[in-house]
Amino acid sequence: MWKIIVRRLLIMIPQVFLLSILVFLMAKAMPGDALTGMLDPNIDPAAIEAMRERLGLNDPWYIQYWNWISNAVQGDLGQSFNFKMPVTELIGQRLMNTVWLSLVTLVLTYLIAIPLGIISGRFNDTWGDRLITGYTYVGFAAPLFIVALLMLWMFGFYFSWFPTGGSVAPGEVPGTFSYLLSKLYHMLLPALSIALITTVGTVQYLRNEIIDMKQKDFILTARAKGASESRVYNRHILRNSLLPIAAFFGYELTGLIGGTIFVESIFSYPGMGQLFLGSIVIRDFTVVTALVLLYGIATIIGSLLSDIILSIVDPRIRIK
Amino acid sequence: MTRIPFLKNPGVRVMNLSEDLLQIENLTTSFKIAGQYYAAVDDVTLTVKKNEILAIVGESGSGKSALAFSIMGLHTKARIEGKVNYKGQDIVQMSPGMLNKVRGKEMSMIFQDPLAALNPLMIIGSQIEEVLLLHDTTLSKKQRKEKVLDLLAKVGIPRPEHTYHQYPYELSGGMRQRVIIAIAIANGPQLLLADEPTTALDVTIQLQILELLRKLKNDMRAGIILITHDLGVVSEMADRVAVMYAGQIVEIADIYTLTSNPQHPYTRSLFNSIPTVKEVKSRLHVIQGIVPSLKNLPRTGCRFAARTPWIDASAHEDNPQLHEIAPGHFVRCTCYKHFHFPESAEEAGTDGIA
Amino acid sequence: MALLEVRDLQVHFPIRGGLFSRQVGEVKAVDRVNLTIEAGQTYGLVGESGSGKTTTGRAIIGLNQITGGNVLFEGIDLASRGARKQNSVRREVQMIFQDPYSSLNPKKRVLDIISEPLRNFEKQSPQEEKRRVQELLEQVGLSPDNIYKYPHEFSGGQRQRIGIARAIALKPKLIIADEPVSALDVSVQAQVLNFLRDIQKELNLTYLFISHDLGIIRHMCDRIGIMYKGRHVEEGVPKDIFDNPQHIYTKRLIAAIPDIDPLQREERSNFRRSVSEDYEHAYRSYFDGDGLAYPLRSISDTHRVAMPEKG
Repeated sequence: MWKIIVRRLLIMIPQVFLLSILVFLMAKAMPGDALTGMLDPNIDPAAIEAMRERLGLNDPWYIQYWNWISNAVQGDLGQSFNFKMPVTELIGQRLMNTVWLSLVTLVLTYLIAIPLGIISGRFNDTWGDRLITGYTYVGFAAPLFIVALLMLWMFGFYFSWFPTGGSVAPGEVPGTFSYLLSKLYHMLLPALSIALITTVGTVQYLRNEIIDMKQKDFILTARAKGASESRVYNRHILRNSLLPIAAFFGYELTGLIGGTIFVESIFSYPGMGQLFLGSIVIRDFTVVTALVLLYGIATIIGSLLSDIILSIVDPRIRIK
Repeated sequence: MTRIPFLKNPGVRVMNLSEDLLQIENLTTSFKIAGQYYAAVDDVTLTVKKNEILAIVGESGSGKSALAFSIMGLHTKARIEGKVNYKGQDIVQMSPGMLNKVRGKEMSMIFQDPLAALNPLMIIGSQIEEVLLLHDTTLSKKQRKEKVLDLLAKVGIPRPEHTYHQYPYELSGGMRQRVIIAIAIANGPQLLLADEPTTALDVTIQLQILELLRKLKNDMRAGIILITHDLGVVSEMADRVAVMYAGQIVEIADIYTLTSNPQHPYTRSLFNSIPTVKEVKSRLHVIQGIVPSLKNLPRTGCRFAARTPWIDASAHEDNPQLHEIAPGHFVRCTCYKHFHFPESAEEAGTDGIA
Repeated sequence: MALLEVRDLQVHFPIRGGLFSRQVGEVKAVDRVNLTIEAGQTYGLVGESGSGKTTTGRAIIGLNQITGGNVLFEGIDLASRGARKQNSVRREVQMIFQDPYSSLNPKKRVLDIISEPLRNFEKQSPQEEKRRVQELLEQVGLSPDNIYKYPHEFSGGQRQRIGIARAIALKPKLIIADEPVSALDVSVQAQVLNFLRDIQKELNLTYLFISHDLGIIRHMCDRIGIMYKGRHVEEGVPKDIFDNPQHIYTKRLIAAIPDIDPLQREERSNFRRSVSEDYEHAYRSYFDGDGLAYPLRSISDTHRVAMPEKG
């Protein structure tokens, strides 16, 4: 198994490398550069040119890339022209907010998916199943940002059950229990919005997996052994159906990225997603580039996680 | 008609009833297709005795597997009528809890595809331990493991301790089938149902598994229902044979009678259609037409009539019954008296084309 | 000249392992196999799973890459790179597959399935194509009205006939039949076997018949080769193999066939016991240090056995 993990990690290196080149070239392809907009337009073009030369902006792309990537590796992702502060510091403030939001979303996703999937799969073609399947179709069809807006309007503004912005109530002291509660309270509505939508894939997958598993011969063996229906379900059907779900954990994680980007903006939740959309609007390219790179790396890590989990849970892969 | 002289007691009726292990009476198993029930097993009556191998022979669609599943109570969506008496209790009427006490202990089943029949994500040891645990909670963990190792050795697995920790996909087909057999015999059952136990195996492995089954039967004095389409396997193993066609039993006899003196047109056709190593036939007999699907099965008259069109309709009974033509030898319908294989001219035009 | 001559055929599959999936070894699935088939004859290749019989068949038709040796079809070496490209050779060797359920595309009509090889090799108008398919259907004993039906509308035996119609569409000379009846019921099996013999006579076909069922092999074949772990252990006419088997592996295989006569049980079981004792005792004199068969040596005009050189 270690071999698989090491091999998988080695594959990651070129993936990240290629990703960084791609991100860099895309940033280069955008109109303007770090100096555009940063300087007073009345400055002598020759002076700007001299500054360009000094900053290395006239070097060939691979030298510029090398400078950028070696700085990035050391934690320096450049300066945000909008916030006038290092991008690393800027992202650092928001990173934890997004990580927490994602975690809560994941927990909610599985809290919804597992019971619904099990009910739907075990009692397939009953009214309960039809209801759940109906929900999954709606979930597939409904765009996330519409659902998020609806939730915000209904539970945030109309009923006023939840806060409509921010990540914590002003005045709370970090480290106290009420600070923690307030954070959770702020996260709940955006997390639920994402979870309600992203969970439908998992619900359907689990349902199909269970229905599929029910037909397998080894389920007959279990029944022929004299195992009760509940044991057949708990020990054989569910166990075997949940394993692939566990393996999809990593992919689930990458799926969240898309969700948080929109939902954070809608709920004015100060995370990376909100920063990302905001920076695109005001063309704060250093921030955008850094975030795209981070999101890309998160995606690669997500699929890495999935592969590793799969190799742990499935003996057919583990032992090879 | 020739009788085999040394056969000890071919008569069924004169046998002591206490020797009967399982009595199937008028069993009908129906499946729902498009809102209507169709019988896949149609009014089957059979007995299985202790220490006996009863073979059920038929092609796909004959209902032989549906019959086995009915005996084990494994159908989840079928309508089952009639009785399956095991030691005075009717399995058909049994509550799920009672049934689970019988399954895996008193009677167990061996399946056709040994890889599919094992949980791919559980080690062999746990899969055998499960059946012990379900029926005997007094065993300690250590005792259970010892028993599993004993069982693995008993079914001829060379390194039980090693195999205990292996997963199904790490074993060969023959070894997997041995594991399935170990699960089946773990609690010393009285009745074993083997559904095409060697169909997926190579011929040398098949022989080993058949020999193992025979040895286990003799050790445990268990009754075995062997379901197969392979007349060779039947001839090697069975004491008695029931031939099924389209959900019904069309002939029952002891194996010696059935092979030397088959009567029902279907039985005779089957024997004539297999190529064997011993006897080189210039042409194999082809049973005309196809096995009708469950939905299109004729429910009146002789079900095999459509496949012997050269036989006059008057040869068949209107409502074919099993007739005891010799002690213990039953044949359905009267058409066997008039059956003959077609002349080549009769056959040539319709060479088995539906 | 023989229609097909296979010389020293080798098919090796790489085993990959280690951190970078480098090739760490190879499986010799087919290890120097020789066989010759005369036109109009049927050669039976028998063996248990993993014996290399299917790989041999697939290598001959080009579905598995050949590692070494020659496959001479009418004197042209199919193993050489250029030969496969020649349409004339490709159309003259066809294959019938084991599973009539998965070898026919369920989304295609019978017309499209059977005319596929025609479309690949012959430029015909749709009308001509349709007429040809109808002819072929008639030839395999199915009604020509069936051309617009889909595979699922047919029974197993009928599907195998459709597979056969596809195989004979280009009037091939050699047909490789890989377990063509294993997935079929006994009665349907007889139907397909009879039919294969009929069209063999009609079209002067040559068969390479691959099967694990010795009864079927005896019924169908003029010459039989027994394979074990990628090598031949014995080869001969049916009489040689079934009445006078020489190699212990062949003896064991034949002894294992279920006997149709229950009166012989005792006798068989004694015979099997003696064969199995023989197998254990004499194993070393029949197989080399790696447990593989020796090269074949002739013991009569027709009969060849894999035995070590004496002395």
